[in-house]
Amino acid sequence: MEIQEKVGERALVLAFSGEMDHHGARDTLRRIELAIDAAMPRTLTLDFSGVTFMDSSGIALILRSQQRMRFLDGTILLCNVPRQARRVLEAAGITRLITLQD
Amino acid sequence: MKKTVVNEATMAFLSRSSNESFARSAAACFAAQMDPTLNELEDIKTAVSEAVTNAIIYAYPNSIGTVYLKMRIYQGNLLEVTVRDRGAGIADVERARQPMFTTGGEERSGMGFTIMESFMERVTVRSAPGRGTTVVMRKCLSARPKAGAGI
Ligand SMILES: Nc1ncnc2c1ncn2[C@@H]1O[C@H](COP(=O)(O)OP(=O)(O)O)[C@@H](O)[C@H]1O
Ligand SMILES: [Mg+2]
Repeated sequence: MEIQEKVGERALVLAFSGEMDHHGARDTLRRIELAIDAAMPRTLTLDFSGVTFMDSSGIALILRSQQRMRFLDGTILLCNVPRQARRVLEAAGITRLITLQD
Repeated sequence: MKKTVVNEATMAFLSRSSNESFARSAAACFAAQMDPTLNELEDIKTAVSEAVTNAIIYAYPNSIGTVYLKMRIYQGNLLEVTVRDRGAGIADVERARQPMFTTGGEERSGMGFTIMESFMERVTVRSAPGRGTTVVMRKCLSARPKAGAGI
């Protein structure tokens, strides 16, 4: 899986592309944590527009990112979540915990 | 009443993580003959991904073993997918199926079984420590009129 980083004024956008499964997400958690620690953002946006498939491996990434942002007193947003990933988030009840944007 | 098997395919592959996408794509390809909706196809792919990933991560934690995937179509547009391993097994299946329960650490969410249950109609798990795990998932697909079949 690829991650593109955009760092703004206390805002960090991480745009993912590829398959967010156990195989595709192997080193992704560490890369997210490193990016957050370097940028220290108030807002973290995870852009899912390039995610072609997601299973519960993606949920772990989202929840860990949320924990990290809570620790920084910041917020997390998901945007451009494709239908398949959105349905996985809904099934797991994540859409009640995290804001999804278009 | 015993249901008639219309078609069946079986495969066996090594518990390498690169086979996760292979296995769910194979299941989706097989199910394509049932003329599923896009949502149904994604449900099948996602549920198979969860079951196969579990076998790859947990059944053979420090070795490479074999994962078996069996797909069956029964009369009445019923799909049955079986994912089986001969690995570590699960001591307490009921506990393992609870949302958020995981033995996999921070990279896992414990939502795998929950997703299988919500995307398939029936999920049964048989497991014995040291012997392996069998997950059977069933889904009845909406019978859609075949394209070009006339009205
Ligand atoms: N095939 C299997 N072999 C051994 N243990 C398993 C297997 N499948 C699931 N488990 C156990 O059940 C738990 C819950 O699985 P799941 O709901 O998919 O969550 P996760 O994969 O995030 O841990 C796993 O953490 C593991 O302990
Ligand atoms: Mg799992």
